[in-house]
Amino acid sequence: MDELLPPLLNGTALGALLLLAALGLTLTFGQMGVINMAHGEFIMAGAFVAYVTQQVIPSSDLSIPLALPLAFVVAGFLGLLLEVTIIQWMYRRPLDTLLATVGVALILQQAALQIFPAQGVPVEKPSWLDGQIDVLGYEWPLRQVFTIVLAAACVAALAAWLKYSSFGRRIRATVQNRDLAETSGVATRSVDRITFFVGSGLAGVAGVAASLIGGTNSQMGVQYIIPAFLVVVAGGIGQIAGTVIAALAVGIAMTFFAYWTSGSLAQVLAFVLVVIFLQIRPQGLFTVRTRGLA
Amino acid sequence: MLEIVDIDAGYGGTKVLHGVSIPGSANIVAVLGHNGAGKTTLLRATIGLIRPTRGTVRFDGEDVTHLAPNRRVQRGMAYVAQGQQSFEQLTTLENLQLVADGRRNGRAKIAEMLERFPALAEFATRKAGLLSGGQRQQLAIARALITEPKLLILDEPTEGIQPTIVAEIEQTIIGLAEGGLSVLLVEQHIGFALEAAEHYVVLASGRVAQEGTGGTAAMGSVRAAMAI
Ligand SMILES: Nc1ncnc2c1ncn2[C@@H]1O[C@H](COP(=O)(O)OP(=O)(O)OP(=O)(O)O)[C@@H](O)[C@H]1O
Ligand SMILES: [Mg+2]
Repeated sequence: MDELLPPLLNGTALGALLLLAALGLTLTFGQMGVINMAHGEFIMAGAFVAYVTQQVIPSSDLSIPLALPLAFVVAGFLGLLLEVTIIQWMYRRPLDTLLATVGVALILQQAALQIFPAQGVPVEKPSWLDGQIDVLGYEWPLRQVFTIVLAAACVAALAAWLKYSSFGRRIRATVQNRDLAETSGVATRSVDRITFFVGSGLAGVAGVAASLIGGTNSQMGVQYIIPAFLVVVAGGIGQIAGTVIAALAVGIAMTFFAYWTSGSLAQVLAFVLVVIFLQIRPQGLFTVRTRGLA
Repeated sequence: MLEIVDIDAGYGGTKVLHGVSIPGSANIVAVLGHNGAGKTTLLRATIGLIRPTRGTVRFDGEDVTHLAPNRRVQRGMAYVAQGQQSFEQLTTLENLQLVADGRRNGRAKIAEMLERFPALAEFATRKAGLLSGGQRQQLAIARALITEPKLLILDEPTEGIQPTIVAEIEQTIIGLAEGGLSVLLVEQHIGFALEAAEHYVVLASGRVAQEGTGGTAAMGSVRAAMAI
């Protein structure tokens, strides 16, 4: 038990970070079917927002809570800009979207390199995240607890928004049957844009969390993009509950593997497992059922 | 209410409609014709799901030819598509809420529809994909009526529905028309269509093959036109 608890807790925190990175994709990829390879750079943008906010407001106790909504808005606008300038012309052409957004990802990385030092920038964690809580004798860093709380809050907010708000209904309706949504009076183009804004904004929030855990540099988006997509696919595309489970499973598996082997091998092993899982169950953990499919 | 002037429309490169017009004078118009004649295409062009390559669609005195469908709905058009379409993953109630959202009297309209269509009230929390075909058609009509339209566009509302419910749906349509609603109706059931219509149009291969004043007296000439 003493052996298993630390990797379990650390793994849950890593899973929560993965979940934050993937959550926006449940909207842009899961709901809208867009393969946005620049999602990782929206995470990076969120991390740099945390840094810049800290330069303006030196007290990290205040700057981090402030950076969360700011990062959401900044990354959201980057996403909106991407949707309006590029993606909207490519909705039925996934390969073109993939290539174009890889290009955008490279441009954003280059832009970050121009603006910020190449070796990256430090983001200081707020003092209220210093310290640990005692879990059965293990000193669990508060920083990890924070990531989990943040992820849980984002998941709950997104799920409630989709399920109960009128806008959530419009998103779901548009995804299910665009023509029928239009003729039911839904302005589906604005639904697309707002969906993309929120999905990208969530990447920004993930970036703030990432800045407190790993480094903040121009390459940081790259390490999140593939795991994030894998987690969304494994969860059953567009299914938030599935994405939560998949992210936690991958995070915990990765941490255990890292315990027994090396870090990079652990990542490879975790994703080999996901790929094997998808061979057995291509539809992912959860699927939607209707009379038509039953 | 609705006037269509000499439209050409189709899908991609293929033209389906050739110079089709519907006069603005009649409030209840029936569109008849064989399978593949272009009836659905005409209705899709009317609501804006496809853009005519030529001609105009005028609604309530306004040229709406270039408006998106949701804008036309705002202006008072409502469209019930062929094939009992609904948002299958949304519950019956959510299907209604979707169109009621943002309307001042939205709640009241939903309540009114649940009263008008008791089956919808019974299965309000069930996913629409699990409703029967007839129930889904009632849901589609309810969604359209919540928007309090000036023009109701119906594409074969009684297709594939059991006779007793067909009579109900027909009664609903006639009642609405008497209440002052304009109707553009595609219907295989010629007897009913002509009875309800003030004006009818028979389409054949995307062209108006015959048109005239509604009423059962037109039955003979319609049958003749459709036999060609
Ligand atoms: N999405 C589409 N893409 C290409 N061609 C289409 C499409 N939909 C319909 N067509 C063609 O347009 C023509 C008219 O079709 P339409 O659906 O308007 O016929 P309809 O009169 O409504 O027939 P039905 O009575 O069977 O509903 C047909 O030849 C059909 O093959
Ligand atoms: Mg048809």
